[in-house]
Amino acid sequence: MLKNTKLQFGLITKSFHWLSAITIFGLFALGYWMVDLDYYSQWYQTAPHWHESIGILLLIVTITRLVWRTFNIKPTALETHSIMVQRSSTIAHIILYFMLFLMMFSGYLIPTADDRVIAVFTWFDLPSLGELFTNQEDVAGVIHKYGAYSIITISILHALAALKHHFIDKDATLMRMIK
Amino acid sequence: MKKTLFSVALIASSFLSTANAADYTVDTSGAHASINFKIQHIGFSWLTGRFNKFDGSFSYDENNIEASKIVINIDTTSIDSNHAKRDKHIRTDDFLDTNKFATAKFVSTKVEDKGNGALSITGDLTLHGVTKSLVLDANKVGEGKDPWGGYRIGFSATTKITMKDFGIDSNFGDISFDLQIEGIRK
Repeated sequence: MLKNTKLQFGLITKSFHWLSAITIFGLFALGYWMVDLDYYSQWYQTAPHWHESIGILLLIVTITRLVWRTFNIKPTALETHSIMVQRSSTIAHIILYFMLFLMMFSGYLIPTADDRVIAVFTWFDLPSLGELFTNQEDVAGVIHKYGAYSIITISILHALAALKHHFIDKDATLMRMIK
Repeated sequence: MKKTLFSVALIASSFLSTANAADYTVDTSGAHASINFKIQHIGFSWLTGRFNKFDGSFSYDENNIEASKIVINIDTTSIDSNHAKRDKHIRTDDFLDTNKFATAKFVSTKVEDKGNGALSITGDLTLHGVTKSLVLDANKVGEGKDPWGGYRIGFSATTKITMKDFGIDSNFGDISFDLQIEGIRK
């Protein structure tokens, strides 16, 4: 079952979800580690190159994901979910998507601030939009840093909420995204 | 008002005491001045960069060179090594820590006449919150009336600093500075 139904998430939606989850936490760990690398570390050039490449690929995946989401039916909320739960989870999901784009765009603006391209592995070069505002690399850097801590915090809350549904409410919320 | 009168008096008195000396503003608005640096890249090549924003003024008297004075203020956030990611890194607390130390300053304390337009300018450089004395080896390039009704004089100067001396732990070797300073007479 590739597509969503009224009752279930399809395989494609689930793949997008879990691939993004792993990538987001992976990028966070990689980014957290790489900013303190010593200049003479053999990873000093490679780690940021991979971080940027994977980030751009995630951007492409996320845009595709939103297109898929738009043209696919959404499983209806579980009847046991209160209006409050439904509304707050919708808001949380919107914030997560917003943060994702904020992270990917601010990340893109750092190395491209001086017209340099982002080389996505050896596959293709993503061109720069030039310097869009002054001190771009610093301002984008600050947004990227605090954005990273925010998105990870919200992701953890999102995961805790799923676990709460599974273990405390004993409903199908989490299982719908797994099975 | 009192403050204004006081500063007018102060300026007047400084004019009186250095009546023969001419005061110059460093021509940063026309960008006929630059603060350039170079540092070795892992011993393989020279990496060059500059500070894009600074201002300064100096006094110079051909007949009394040793009475000359110069002050240069540098906006450390304006570092430019032609690479945004590297400049971002240099501005962090690994190097310049520009959030805390947004300005650097050079104030001359002694000027020696070495003859033939050569000067040895001793002064205090405040960088990264640390003040150290250093010597600029300067040479007068030229002076005279410009085509637009002003009077200009230009110097070229070099010096060298060690990062550790200014409390910067990252050690990538000495930094050589190359200053081009053109002044317009006030």
